[in-house]
Amino acid sequence: MDQHQTSCTVLENGLTVLIREMHHAPVATFWIYYRVGSRNEASGITGISHWTEHMMFKGTPTFPSGELDRALARLGGQWNAYTSFDFTAYYQTMSASDIGLSLVIEADRMQNSLFDPAEVEAERTVIISERQGLENHPTFLLSEEVRAAAFRVHPYHHTVIGNMADLETITREDLYRHYRSYYCPGNAVVVVAGDLNGERMLAQVEERFGRLERGPTIRPVNSHEPEQRGERRVNVEGDGDTAYLLMSYRAPNVSDPDYFPLVVLGSALLGDSDGVAGGSTTNKSSRLYKALVETELAAGVDGGLSPSIDPALYSISATVRAPERGRNRSPIERLDLVESAIDAEIARLLESHPVTETELACAIKRAKASFAFGSDSVTDQGSWLGLSQVVAGSHTWFGGYLDNLQGVTLDDVARVAARYLDRRRRTVGRYIPGR
Amino acid sequence: MIRVAENQRPQSVPGPQDVVRHELPNGIVVLVRENHVVPTVSVVGALQVGSINTQPSKEGLAGFTAAALMRGAGQRTFAQVFEALESVGASLAFGAGSHATTFSGQCLVEDLDLLLDLLRDALYTPAFPADQIRKLRGEIITGLQIQAHDTRHVSMNDFLKLAYPAEHLYSRNPAGSVDTVSAITRRDIVNFHHRYYGPRRMIIVVVGDVRAGEVLKKLEATLGRWSAAPGAPDSQLSLPPLQPLTAAHEKHAFVPGKSQSGLVLGAPGPCRSDPDYRAARLANTILGVFGLMGRLGSEVRDRQGLAYYAYSVLRVAPGPAPWFVTAGVSPDNVSRAVASIRDQVRRMQDDIVPAEELADNQSFLVGSLPLDLETNDGVSSLLLTMEMYNLGLDYLQRYPDMMREITAEQIQAAVRKYLDADRYALAVAGPEAAA
Repeated sequence: MDQHQTSCTVLENGLTVLIREMHHAPVATFWIYYRVGSRNEASGITGISHWTEHMMFKGTPTFPSGELDRALARLGGQWNAYTSFDFTAYYQTMSASDIGLSLVIEADRMQNSLFDPAEVEAERTVIISERQGLENHPTFLLSEEVRAAAFRVHPYHHTVIGNMADLETITREDLYRHYRSYYCPGNAVVVVAGDLNGERMLAQVEERFGRLERGPTIRPVNSHEPEQRGERRVNVEGDGDTAYLLMSYRAPNVSDPDYFPLVVLGSALLGDSDGVAGGSTTNKSSRLYKALVETELAAGVDGGLSPSIDPALYSISATVRAPERGRNRSPIERLDLVESAIDAEIARLLESHPVTETELACAIKRAKASFAFGSDSVTDQGSWLGLSQVVAGSHTWFGGYLDNLQGVTLDDVARVAARYLDRRRRTVGRYIPGR
Repeated sequence: MIRVAENQRPQSVPGPQDVVRHELPNGIVVLVRENHVVPTVSVVGALQVGSINTQPSKEGLAGFTAAALMRGAGQRTFAQVFEALESVGASLAFGAGSHATTFSGQCLVEDLDLLLDLLRDALYTPAFPADQIRKLRGEIITGLQIQAHDTRHVSMNDFLKLAYPAEHLYSRNPAGSVDTVSAITRRDIVNFHHRYYGPRRMIIVVVGDVRAGEVLKKLEATLGRWSAAPGAPDSQLSLPPLQPLTAAHEKHAFVPGKSQSGLVLGAPGPCRSDPDYRAARLANTILGVFGLMGRLGSEVRDRQGLAYYAYSVLRVAPGPAPWFVTAGVSPDNVSRAVASIRDQVRRMQDDIVPAEELADNQSFLVGSLPLDLETNDGVSSLLLTMEMYNLGLDYLQRYPDMMREITAEQIQAAVRKYLDADRYALAVAGPEAAA
């Protein structure tokens, strides 16, 4: 058997189980993804998925608060959890011989988390503190406003952390209802990867999770963002010396045939594609780096696309460079120059200098390198397989990524460039310092 | 996809049996470990040059020089260096700290020659083009301006100034300030490189899908030809003697427009070579690392809900590196958080760590080793640390016993020697200067 094949099994109660044998090191990782994130939140309870994630560390009758951390740490394990727009994910990575503990922990807290009222209140201040920490960064404030302007109808309008007013008023009952609605086998994906025997692992997962109730039927998110009819602009004014520009174009979701051509386009423009498989190369040979940083307008530029369930954003984010001493261009003048330079570069791409054969080949080679770099980490592999299953609907999206990228033609790239890099379908945000 | 036969998998703990250590005639120490499970290579290393070699009025020169190495080198311009690297998805970056300039690179094995050529050119024949120096200066200054409004950076820099006397290397921020970086000229950089960069006591570590003999041959033909820079001194540690803090030194900095305060509380800790370093490290794990941030996490975050993050750090350095607690708290909770942190430090001073907690923490440090050793990057960075601090090639094999031998009394003695709940440096940075 190819040791890097992934098996996919759906248990009778609806739990999807992905297993991947990897024998490069005596370690294993266990991931559980729930199909719930800020995408599933309405106004009034924004941030509730993320807060629920925090409460999952606050105890069950079997593992009282703090016990789970201790049990994992004692084994030298690494663990964490993430909430995104589309999902909530938990993982543990440890010696392969100990990975059985993960099954015990996750099967338990899928159904038995306590949501003790005193713990909920203690966590409220922690979550508010987390939001305050984010607010300390101008780039967070700017991205929150751009997102809110770009999505008027779809719940991608909200950040994952949620609005302060909601964090102050969400109740224990709100949290518990959210938990009981979404934390069930029918709404979850388990991934186990590492130095293990696939068949035996599947039997263990079945034993632990197979008898859990499927859970309630979940109301699908049917929100569609209407067509955008013209550029939107937002300003954030605040303290500091540094101005930032964030330009976000409406982009396709992960399952759209336009997704991969847009990855190639992103690679040429910004060096980065969509971060899949976790490459670590720089972007100094990209078109926008040359247009903005080499010309001394910006100190850095990055951005790109993220795999998402619903259509989201393709973003370009620039940190405006400090002025030379003795030159007193205002932040607004410098922002104007950066924006004009991005517009000129995009016009050049659309009108006279489309993405080239060399740039296409680079995008593919870089993605190959990324996949190789990520392939000696069970944690990375588990993460991408789970994300692929939950966001793209199948783990094969991750497995087929390189093939799909290699199938992209220059005509595809030119077509998606014209379609998505349309200023009528973008939101431009500016952080203007010097209040 | 990649197949892994059992016989390709290296022993899980690197040691003298599978790490080749070789000193080139010009003094460069090379460490190579073969790992044939993925077609990638990790290259890291260090030179004995850092901010210890700079005048305080030119603070930031070591980092500026390190960052400038890739801005054109050998026969390649800046653009060509990064076209070469990025087109194959490889990376190479340099950075400088107090005592050392380090580098870190990653590539597919087929691109190793390119990576080693770029490394040689960057170290040996950097061009330091004037326009690139000007561009880089602007980028560094923009970064420093951002840091000047970042509560975590401001509190850390203030803490170092309180914890160490003004003339001590560790009181300084190696990144410098807008004023010092503005004063650095191209000539300063050229001279600094000429004077301090050389092969003597340089370390290079190569881990991945390579043959050790071939790597040694390649390095002999490239970096092996680098002769010692004239007058490059051994940057012997010459730090002034340090007196323990005799009182609480506090500073509250006002950073406008922020939602959260950052705080750092601590004191100078042990040198890496001090006999009580290991006990101090275990003490630090108990105080603010284990599980979800040790005792600090349980008390300050979980029980009292005062902070999103509250953890402790014991830095590793040849000299008495800082040992500190850091937390991000709501401005209204700063006093309570400080009191709570001091309580936890006092508890470490006054009470012997219970046997079970000691065993859990030892088990954590030993048990997490296989995870640190999973990837090529993980192995290379551990090997570099071992060589930098003369820990011996069998260090990782001795490590479990070394950790288990540490007693609760040794831990208490280390805490009492370095930390004190009443004599400490405390820096707070945030929206309002608390009373």
